[in-house]
Amino acid sequence: MANKRLDEATNTETVGHEWDGIEELNTPLPRWWLWSFYASIVFAIGYVIAYPALPGIHSATPGMLGWTSRGQLDKELKSAADERAKTVAALKDMPIEQLPQHPDLMRAAVAGGAAAFKVNCVQCHGAGAAGSNGFPNLNDDDWLWGGDLKTIQQTLIHGIRQPGDDETRMSQMPAFGRDGLLTPAQIQDTTSFVLSLSGKEKPSAASQRGKAVFEANCAVCHGPEGKGDRQFGAPNLSDAIWLFAGNRDAVSTQIGNPRHGVMPAWGTRLDPVTIKMLAAYVHSLGGGEEFAAAPAEAQPEAEATTAE
Amino acid sequence: MNKPETLKPEDQPLGLYAKREPVFNRRIDGKFRRIKWAIMVICLAIYWITPWIRWDRGPYAPDQAVLIDLAHRRFYMFSIEIWPQEFYFVAGLLIMAGIGLFLVTSAVGRAWCGYACPQTVWTDLFQHVDRFFDGDRNARFRLYKAPWGPAKIARRLAKWTVYLAISFATGGAWIFYFADAPTLQQAFWTGTAPAVAYGTTFVLTMTTFVLGGFMREQVCIYMCPWPRIQTAMLDEKSLLVTYKDWRGEPRGSVKKAEKNPGQFGDCIDCNQCVAVCPTGIDIREGPQIGCITCALCIDACDRVMKETGRPRGLIDYATLEDAEQEKAGQPPTRHLKLIWRPRTILYFCVWAGIGLALLFMLGTRVHTQLNVAKDRNPPYILMSDGSIRNAYALRLRNMEGRPREMELSIEGLKDGMMWTEDMAREDASRTLTRTVPADETQSVRVYVVAPSDTSAQEFEFKLQAAGDAREKDEAEVNFDAPEGQ
Repeated sequence: MANKRLDEATNTETVGHEWDGIEELNTPLPRWWLWSFYASIVFAIGYVIAYPALPGIHSATPGMLGWTSRGQLDKELKSAADERAKTVAALKDMPIEQLPQHPDLMRAAVAGGAAAFKVNCVQCHGAGAAGSNGFPNLNDDDWLWGGDLKTIQQTLIHGIRQPGDDETRMSQMPAFGRDGLLTPAQIQDTTSFVLSLSGKEKPSAASQRGKAVFEANCAVCHGPEGKGDRQFGAPNLSDAIWLFAGNRDAVSTQIGNPRHGVMPAWGTRLDPVTIKMLAAYVHSLGGGEEFAAAPAEAQPEAEATTAE
Repeated sequence: MNKPETLKPEDQPLGLYAKREPVFNRRIDGKFRRIKWAIMVICLAIYWITPWIRWDRGPYAPDQAVLIDLAHRRFYMFSIEIWPQEFYFVAGLLIMAGIGLFLVTSAVGRAWCGYACPQTVWTDLFQHVDRFFDGDRNARFRLYKAPWGPAKIARRLAKWTVYLAISFATGGAWIFYFADAPTLQQAFWTGTAPAVAYGTTFVLTMTTFVLGGFMREQVCIYMCPWPRIQTAMLDEKSLLVTYKDWRGEPRGSVKKAEKNPGQFGDCIDCNQCVAVCPTGIDIREGPQIGCITCALCIDACDRVMKETGRPRGLIDYATLEDAEQEKAGQPPTRHLKLIWRPRTILYFCVWAGIGLALLFMLGTRVHTQLNVAKDRNPPYILMSDGSIRNAYALRLRNMEGRPREMELSIEGLKDGMMWTEDMAREDASRTLTRTVPADETQSVRVYVVAPSDTSAQEFEFKLQAAGDAREKDEAEVNFDAPEGQ
């Protein structure tokens, strides 16, 4: 039995243990501390009963309240969806070409589209929608298939060269080199002509020869002046924008052995409202066409009245 | 086995925990008590009435004179409206409040503690409730000592109910500063107010109940940092409640003094100064942290001095310097003169300087603001005609309570044109006019296009509100272009 005695210096009782002359004083915990300690124990018991706590093999104990983090997320997602429900319903009933006449809805659609774009589209078109080699830049005013709201929506729903979709955007540039339709020399001449259309190369004897080849083989889709034709998704060859690079290598490669980009038909993957919002967002990026809406001057006033 | 020695009370080491000595302060009337009453009424009135004052701001803004609208991030104070980015006004006011406290402290000592601090005001209020239910000092002391019985329980319950009612009124009034008071009050009673209103009311009710009803002077002595800071700011010219020991000592009752004239001081050791003290200290022990300088002991002592036919002011406001002078038999400095000394004048100048600066900024601030964030992904794009386009997210801020027409224009950037996301490029120009709704920020995405030979450079967006040349703002931004241009 250990010796309990009073420590001389402090007059405190010792706990009775001694190690090489070092003793431990029996200094009790402050009462408030002790009580808060007991209170935390009581709280912990309640917590274990009420919430998932004890781990099992497959899952933890469910807890009386039935709370789960997934359940909470579902609830939050649902309440967020409820908040948007009115806007979503309005968007659903609104033909897309009439959207610009409703600035508030348009704004909501653009915001929603921006979010959906980041989930579904950035993989190819980039976070800033600036595209990359072979993937169109959606910020500019050059459209392969058309840049008004309705056309963008159509492209989104049915995709580009999507197998199995009857309405998909389909075009097939012949492989003039691979299939032996043109000789390598003719391809080089045509390249010279194409590059001269946008002023990248000066007109030359080669481009003169290429012009004839172009008119015979390419003008059907690209037009005699190379302005392109959206009906066939044929790019405008006379502007500053190139889907693939605008240099001799890239152009001659494209004539000889063309590449064809593919975009999924989003109509089978996304709901119509999301697609509408995506179309509005892409349209808003600065190259959108056909602002059929009321004149821009009237738009802020409409806003002011709705803000009241 | 040794038998443990028994501990005698005087051998007990100094504990970590001293039990509170309850304070039963006696009722007193006098000059300082009346000042205290007046300040208490004014403070409580300001607190309870302010949220109910109306102030017409027109159709676009709330009509509550003082409103901290957290949801819409606006702070209204009579004719002033502050946006979040102007929070430095509030910071300035807080700094002024701090320096104001320094000023008051160096001029009149701990007057804030003694008269205007909420802890003092509410403790005072609760002590009056004590007196109303349980009687004055002696009755309360007897009741405190009495064993718990039905009568004591009934009295205590009744008193605590009143405590709770006052606390509820206190905590409940707080929330009216954050929402339209009449609307919120109706919602509060019908159970439709937001949960945060009930939560805040509950928390503040309970803190008032505990701090005012039970902890009282312990808050000042143990919890509040302010007495410590003030202690550092007091100097030999600061007013303190002082027991003039050179006049009072040695103490002796009136009878003793009559029997032995000339042997005793003026203090008759009646303990009235201790009895009336709301923090339960004995001022005769000298200046101490527990003294909030409420001066109730001065009232008590003056009354006793009058009854015993001695001059007033045995306990009185005095500076340490006064004390020295009086001890040496010289007259004390006049208190008004104390206020004019370098230290107080310096504090006042700093305080007034900040105030004037704030007023100046308030008077000259512009209610039109423009913020621009450039799109960095992509930094620029080429249009089909070869021209270069940059995109900017603009925020046009109309900080007035009416819709205003604003003209946005490009300064610099030769041949630059702009249009917005809801316009076609064909309508691009160098100026755009938009109506910004009252008290709102309008976000606009602006596309700026410049000819293909434009090099990377800086230019300015300028926003000019119609009708007032002073109401404008500019923002300098970069225009990015392909390298090598």
